[in-house]
Amino acid sequence: MPILEVQALSYSYPDSPGPSLHGVNFKAEQGEFILVTGPSGCGKTTFCRCLNGLIPNSYGGDFRGEVIVDGLATTEHPVTEVAQRLGLVFQNPENELFCTSVEREVAFGPENLSLPRSEIKSRVDEALSSVGISHLREKSPEELSGGEQQKVAIAALLTMKPKVLVLDEPTANLDPLSAESVVNILAGLNRRSKVTIVLVEHRLEMAAPFADRCVIFDNGTISHDGPPADVLYSDGVDALGIGIPKVVQIAKILAAGLGFEGRPLSSRELSDMLEGERKEANIMGRRADV
Amino acid sequence: MISFEGVYYSYSDRPGESALDNINLKIEDGALIAILGENGAGKTTLIKHINGLLKPQRGRVVVDEVDTKKTTVASMARKVGLVFQNPDHQLFAETVEKELSFAPVNFGLPPEEVNKMVEWALREFALLPYRDRPPFLLSGGERKRLALASVLCYSPQILILDEPTTGQDSGQKVRLASLFRRLNAEGRTVIVVTHDMEFVADFIPNVVLLSHGHLLAEGPAREILVKKELLENSSLTPPQLVELSWDLGLESPSLSLEEVVSAIMKREGSGT
Repeated sequence: MPILEVQALSYSYPDSPGPSLHGVNFKAEQGEFILVTGPSGCGKTTFCRCLNGLIPNSYGGDFRGEVIVDGLATTEHPVTEVAQRLGLVFQNPENELFCTSVEREVAFGPENLSLPRSEIKSRVDEALSSVGISHLREKSPEELSGGEQQKVAIAALLTMKPKVLVLDEPTANLDPLSAESVVNILAGLNRRSKVTIVLVEHRLEMAAPFADRCVIFDNGTISHDGPPADVLYSDGVDALGIGIPKVVQIAKILAAGLGFEGRPLSSRELSDMLEGERKEANIMGRRADV
Repeated sequence: MISFEGVYYSYSDRPGESALDNINLKIEDGALIAILGENGAGKTTLIKHINGLLKPQRGRVVVDEVDTKKTTVASMARKVGLVFQNPDHQLFAETVEKELSFAPVNFGLPPEEVNKMVEWALREFALLPYRDRPPFLLSGGERKRLALASVLCYSPQILILDEPTTGQDSGQKVRLASLFRRLNAEGRTVIVVTHDMEFVADFIPNVVLLSHGHLLAEGPAREILVKKELLENSSLTPPQLVELSWDLGLESPSLSLEEVVSAIMKREGSGT
C-alpha cells in the first residue's frame, strides 16, 4: 500500500473565487524522496496542508477527492492522528518553535503522547543526534540561526517517529550553506531510516541529485511527475517559470552543439559524463584507425 | 552618493565584537549592488547605517551630502526606502490599498499623486485583485511583493532590499531584476542584501563582500564571484556556473552561460 495516496483532489479556500487545487492525483511509496516544485501560487503550500489534514480540518473550504496517509483518510481522522504519521515543516522557523529550550521543544510531541520518561529521553537523544544538533540541547531556540532552528523543527517531528516528512520550502529563509546542510540531513534520514520525504523547494540544483522523483505543480495541478532527469530534461519545462539548474541548461545546449547525450543533474555528473563520452570517442577513433 | 568613511560599530550587548570594522565604501547614484556575506558578517548592520537607524560609533556615513549623525531617521526615510526580509514585520494596514497609500499620504503627497502611485503599484505587482483584501490573507510571495510595492509608492531615491528573492519563483526574480534596471535608469540606487548567489550572478553587476565586519572586496560581480579563496573566506557558496567551471577544470571560470558553454565546446571539440 502506498504511504501517501491523493485521488482527484480539488480544493478552494473559503470565499475564494476559484480552486487552488484541481484534479490532483499523487502516490508515494514508503522510502521515496520526492522533490516538489512549481511557480509561486501554483498550489504547493495548499497541497502540503492537504497532506497532513490541516486542509480541510482547520481551513474549511470546499474539499473534494481523497487524501490517505498510511491508510488514514484525512477527512475521517483528526489532524492529531495524521500528525503522528506525517510531520510538516514550514518555511519560517518563527512560526514553528515555541519552547524555551531545544530539548523541551523536541520532547513536546512524545510528552503529549504520555510516553514513559525513558522512551521520551531516548527519542529526544536519537532525534537530536540524527539531525546533528545534540550540542544545542540546552539552548533557547531564539538564540539559534535560521538553519539551526529548522533542524530543531525537524528533530521535533522525528520524535513522533513519522513515516513521512513534508517540508514546505524549509530552506527559503536560510543561507546556502545552511540550506545544503538541511537537505543533506533529509537525504541521510531518507537513506538510513527510509522516512518518506516530500520536499517543496525552488533550489532544484541543490535537491534534485538526492530525489527519486520530481513533481511539478502548475496552476493548481500536477504537470510533471517522474525521475528528476526525465522531468527536468523534458520539453516545455523551461516555460514553467521554475529554476532549471544551470547544469541542465548547459547539457541541453551541448546536446544540440556536440551531440552530448548525458542528462546530468550536478556538475560532477556532467564532468564524468563528458569524460565518458570523450573516452568512448577515443576508443571509436582508435577502432576506426585500425 | 552614499559614503562610508572609516565606520566602526559594535552592538551594546557584544561590546568586544566589531559588527562593522573600518568600513570605507562609496556607492554611486544609480548603482545596482549586492551586499554579500555569511550570517553575522555585518550586512544588516551596514544597511541600517544608510537610513540612519544606526549611527557609526567612529567615522561617518554621508548620504547625498548629509551626515546621518546630523539628521533624523524620519528625514532619511524619505530618501532611503528599506524593504524588510520578512514582510510580516512591515505590513500592518487593513487593506492592500491602505498599505500602499500610507507612506505617500504621510509624506504629504497630494491625493492625485497618491492615487497614481497606488494604481501603478497594484498593476505593477499584480495586486489589483487584492485591493480591498487584508494583507495577511495574501500568500507569502504576494505579501513580499506588497511590502516592496508599499516602499516604492513613495519613490525613494535609494532602495534597500533585505533578501528580496526568498520564496520567489524564477519568473518573479526576472521581473524583480527588470524593475531594478528601470529604477537605475531613473537614477535611483538599488542595494540588495542577499544570499541568493544565482540571482546576483544573473542580474546584479556589482558586489560588496563582508566578513566578520570587514570589507573583503568590492567591485564587478564577474570579477569577484569567480575567486575561490575570496568566496571561501566569506563562507559563500559559489554561483552554479562558477562551481561548474571549477569542477570541469575550465581555464576561465565565468558567470555567463554562453562563456561556459563556449569553453566546454572548445575543449570537447579539440578532443583534449
